[in-house]
Amino acid sequence: MQEHDMSWVRTEMALAQPAPAGVVGFGAWVRKNLIASAGDTILTIVGIALVVMILPQIINWAFIDAVWTGPNRTVCATVAQGGIQPDGWSGACWAFVNAKFGQIMFGTYPVEERWRPILVGILLVVLLLPMLIPSVPRKGLNALLLIVVFPIVSFFLLVGGAFGLEHVETARWGGLLVTLSLSFVAIVVSLPLGIVLALGRRSRMPVVKMLCVIFIEAVRGIPLITVLFMASVMLPLFLPPGVTFDKYLRALIGVSLFAAAYMAEVVRGGLQAIPKGQYEGADSLGLGYWQKMYLIVMPQALKLVIPGIVNTFIGMFKDTSLVTIISMFDLLGIVKQNFSDANWATAQTARSGLIFAAFVFWLFCFGMSRYSMYTERRLDTGHKR
Amino acid sequence: MASQEVLREEPSRASLINDPKVRSIFYQCLVVALLVSGVWWIVHNTIVNLTNLHIASGFAFLRGRAGFDISDTAIAYTSDSTYGRAIIVGLINTLIVAFVGIITATIIGFIVGIGRLSKNWLIQKICTVYVEVFRNIPPLLVIFFWYSGVLAVLPAPRDSINLPFSSFLNQRGFYFPRAIWGDGSWLILVGLLAGIAMAWFVAHKAHQRQMATGQQFPVFWTSLALIIGLPLLAYALSGFPLTFDFPKQSTFNLTGGFVVKPEFLSLYLALSFYTAAFIAEIVRAGIRGVARGQSEATAALGLRAGQALRLVVVPQAMRIVIPPLASQYLNLTKNSSLAIAIGYPDLTATTGTVLNQTGQAVECVVIMMVIYLAISLLTSLLMNWFNAKMALVER
Repeated sequence: MQEHDMSWVRTEMALAQPAPAGVVGFGAWVRKNLIASAGDTILTIVGIALVVMILPQIINWAFIDAVWTGPNRTVCATVAQGGIQPDGWSGACWAFVNAKFGQIMFGTYPVEERWRPILVGILLVVLLLPMLIPSVPRKGLNALLLIVVFPIVSFFLLVGGAFGLEHVETARWGGLLVTLSLSFVAIVVSLPLGIVLALGRRSRMPVVKMLCVIFIEAVRGIPLITVLFMASVMLPLFLPPGVTFDKYLRALIGVSLFAAAYMAEVVRGGLQAIPKGQYEGADSLGLGYWQKMYLIVMPQALKLVIPGIVNTFIGMFKDTSLVTIISMFDLLGIVKQNFSDANWATAQTARSGLIFAAFVFWLFCFGMSRYSMYTERRLDTGHKR
Repeated sequence: MASQEVLREEPSRASLINDPKVRSIFYQCLVVALLVSGVWWIVHNTIVNLTNLHIASGFAFLRGRAGFDISDTAIAYTSDSTYGRAIIVGLINTLIVAFVGIITATIIGFIVGIGRLSKNWLIQKICTVYVEVFRNIPPLLVIFFWYSGVLAVLPAPRDSINLPFSSFLNQRGFYFPRAIWGDGSWLILVGLLAGIAMAWFVAHKAHQRQMATGQQFPVFWTSLALIIGLPLLAYALSGFPLTFDFPKQSTFNLTGGFVVKPEFLSLYLALSFYTAAFIAEIVRAGIRGVARGQSEATAALGLRAGQALRLVVVPQAMRIVIPPLASQYLNLTKNSSLAIAIGYPDLTATTGTVLNQTGQAVECVVIMMVIYLAISLLTSLLMNWFNAKMALVER
């Protein structure tokens, strides 16, 4: 037999050819992303100019020329201003932040009692971290501890006056402690309240519906400052004579109600996105109203609006800084109050303090938004388009 | 017979308790009863408290003499004016800062938002950094930063920083030449209005012509020439009536010119930069929301990139952008109430001062709420109208 091997089949893969020199490597990347066209090149040059103008100045100011430690204002002032720095010096005064660090964290909470807020903070981290990591089991128990047990324990820890703990009035709280505790309570209160308001707004009972609409629209139409004003000026008028309210509590009520109105609108968005068939399906199974909402509608609706909910949380976290205006000392308020400390008043103090506060706020908000993006991806069932 | 009678009977009900209608009415009555008693309790307490404090209720106090000064006033106001006028001055200040803030924020926001979608890596990263920084910092902090961190540490008036167009920047604010409109300047305004009207007319006619014949007309350049040319012509015709009052350096201060105070400047800058970050995200989402096929179709039709954006992508993106943009405008207006923190006399600040002086807490808070609600309502009505105009007309 003679073999006619007219056709030829390759049995091993051909070796991959290297990509043409024009489309790989650094040069190609630059050509594609920086100088694709004349306009692009101009933009790139403008961008580089901007970066070269700003970035070295920022780095110089924040790190190289910065003062990290020091006893008082002299380290952060130029000779002409009565300090030790050469004239024309401009750098961050981290020494100010360093010296006031305790206050920035706890306000005027008694120094010997500061282990209490620290303990609360550790508890929060210990309970929150496993809650945030999806693979850690026992989420139900964890949530119960975080939302029910933790607030009670931290209330007694922070306020004191029981179990042999010294009573610390809220007027002495301050700094990050106030910012975090205000936003934690506002978050825990506003989510359920917002859900109830959203359900009320979609209720078939006209009276309930109208009340919810009026509340939500009225609160959303006015600035938080006005709400806080109302809470601090009008609440005392609304109560029987002699009954007084803690200022902290008033701010807490104001912030929570305000956030609840926004939360309600976010949740309503989710409720509207659930197809009618889901409601009807629940009805045909014979579920009651609350069962229907709890078992069928809410799990789907809330999942849909996670980004909106987290955005509301972020907004609320930022909004707690407004209590500064009704003279409470949250993170921003305490930093601002310390500008007037004659020991530290220099041209750089305000800038440094505010940038530090901004950094702390930024860390929390950025963290929250990144976590929400992660959750969104994780829960994405692919039903969207 | 018997079975038919059974059929004719009303379906049996266990009791009224299980009737949804009855339950619904019962619940609503309960809510109303709770609400009425709650409100009654609050009103009762308030009346008792106000009588104890010897404060007369009612809005008569608005006619009383204010007795305090306001630093920025757009309309005539002295400490002898009434409380009512003080509140109006505050309201006008709120509207001014909101208006200029909205315009600036929209411009920055659109530039940054489009920049984030740019194919240019560097521009895209710069815009991303801008958005991520400003979105995650409280606006109040940004206001304080401009106020105490930047503007308060500027040089004293003596060593003002010189800027182009003989304007100056120092601790007391931003000084620039004030325009003095001489006799006959009304002609310039007439020229401007005529220019706008004619530009509109030209655009209308050009559109009609293009629809009828397909021929295009350079509308943009004609309009520009009309809107700039006619006022200039009027300016020359009326004998150059416009002069400038330049700020001049004296020993300790600058005199003359127009001053923008640091309070206004920091509020305006902070609100614009903060809101612009949100607007940028909205614009980005809007442009990305336009289906990819649309821009591919423009390429297939042979439109240039600019035409594709202007004629196809942007009109569709605007439909997605407008509703959230409206709520950002409202947010900016509401955030302008942060002015109180640095002492810019906006509505909240002046009403707050009135409240402190008169003790009319209920009335003052009601005034504040009503005005803000009215602004919100007006803005959303306006934006809803605009939205309806832009909305997709489906067959």
